[in-house]
Amino acid sequence: MTKQEALYKYVLRLGDHALIQGHRLSEWCSKGPILEEDLALTNLALDNIGRAQALLKYAAELQGLGNTEDDLAYKRGEREFYNSLMSELPTGDFAFTIAKQMLISVFEYFQFTALSHSADETIAGIAAKTLKEVRYHMMHARDWCYRLGKGTEESNRRLQNAINELWMFTGDLFEMNDEDKMLEVLDIAIDLNEIKTQFDTLVQTILRESDIRIPENGYMQTGSKKGIHTEHLGHVLTEMQYLQRAYPDATW
Amino acid sequence: MDAVHTISDFQHKIDSDLNIEPKDVMPDKYRTHLIRQMSQHAHSEVIGMQPEGNWITRAPSLRAKQILLAKIQDEGGHGLYLYSATETLGISRDELIQQLHEGKAKYSNIFNYPALTWADIGAIGWLVDGAAIVNQVSLQRTSYGPYARAMFRICKEESFHQRQGYEIMANMMKGTAAQREMAQDAMNRWWWPSLMMFGPHDSDSPHTGDAFQYKIKRKSNDELRQKFIDKTVQQAEVIGLTIPDPSLKWNEEKESYDHGEINWDEFKSVISGNGPCNKQRMDHHIKYHQEGAWVREAVNAYAQRTQRAEAN
Repeated sequence: MTKQEALYKYVLRLGDHALIQGHRLSEWCSKGPILEEDLALTNLALDNIGRAQALLKYAAELQGLGNTEDDLAYKRGEREFYNSLMSELPTGDFAFTIAKQMLISVFEYFQFTALSHSADETIAGIAAKTLKEVRYHMMHARDWCYRLGKGTEESNRRLQNAINELWMFTGDLFEMNDEDKMLEVLDIAIDLNEIKTQFDTLVQTILRESDIRIPENGYMQTGSKKGIHTEHLGHVLTEMQYLQRAYPDATW
Repeated sequence: MDAVHTISDFQHKIDSDLNIEPKDVMPDKYRTHLIRQMSQHAHSEVIGMQPEGNWITRAPSLRAKQILLAKIQDEGGHGLYLYSATETLGISRDELIQQLHEGKAKYSNIFNYPALTWADIGAIGWLVDGAAIVNQVSLQRTSYGPYARAMFRICKEESFHQRQGYEIMANMMKGTAAQREMAQDAMNRWWWPSLMMFGPHDSDSPHTGDAFQYKIKRKSNDELRQKFIDKTVQQAEVIGLTIPDPSLKWNEEKESYDHGEINWDEFKSVISGNGPCNKQRMDHHIKYHQEGAWVREAVNAYAQRTQRAEAN
């Protein structure tokens, strides 16, 4: 693997994660519990898809085959996507979406804080812009954890269930492979083990302040960095890529 | 002029083309008419999120997806803004939503039609938002201050939507035969319902009298419809779309287009509940409103809890 190939896969992974997370958030449109929240969730979706576009555009440049960001988003199959497993899980109820958003945005907050110092200027630039958005995403999710966790018995139960279900997908966020290691030496990528401690501390604080029990670290799902996914991703791609696949000669 | 304390002050303000403001004394009929019209407008923005939302996850490019998301978000924002403006008349958003669910309040009939293909997203932006703008520009001069101000803000965003919708259609008409066919099919299905958005002919419009007297409405249904037709026909021609009306003809004398007969039986049928998506739209809104009940309860419980904590 050359540095260029490693960088391509690394950027692709960041882009895929934002794309799939944005896709799931966008499914909330017209289904929010209150209109204000409907708008907030679509706004998060917009931020994610905007980020995906910037990252996939850069990935396409690195790939050097004349592809566009749309080619990468719409013309790759299930085994060629590297988004986190958590991002592709179905939206579930509002508590599930909030729990997922909290875990992901806390992860992203530390990830992009570190990446904003990346030796790769494009990554550093995108990370700095993303960080501004993610800080807001994290506050939004955290405040909802407080409301749901300390709201009613039902809302507490739903949030607790969501955290319990999501816990086994947290390990996947921190897995590293060869490209991480190669790029970390060059100060381009980050050591995910380092942010794991920060993640654990902040997540535990938020959950405690929300009256939510912290689950035991048991079996952890794995595989996204090798392109091994849950069964859900195939359905996301089938829907997302439908027009591009059905009309391969068309431009929109 | 200062605050209005009597009905004759109210009429004087209307006659002088001044805005009526929330604290002014106003006739019950004026208030009732505004609540009906403004809440219908708000509900339309919110229900309109459904047909377009149907295509977010399938939008054919990342750019198109962002534009569509941003547009739907704008519509939701308009809904919020209009609910707030309606609340200045002494009714709550909860009550307005209840009226919608009970079928006492309506939303624009156009959203009872389905968004079947990606071209429908173009057609909705171009034709439906295009028709809405014509109506809303005229409402910028409506007599109720909060409504008029809402219209100024909303019109700016709607004109973006219309251009973006037109761009989708234009791109498809430059594309493959299948894309052109898809665009023309969307045009065929959305043209007549768009014309119906302006409501019945002036001679048959039940609410027109009060609305004009109170200057809530400034232009008649037929005037607005004509304006829409005249600006849209040329736009269609430029990109090669055919208007599905064999009777459409330029009339030199009146310097505008004559159009064929609108199918008012269809209009009446859809407006009274028998359209392709009436049930679906209402079921969707009720379902997700009900599913969100536990979240709203949690918000209230949490707010009470933090208020108590602050009080202690």
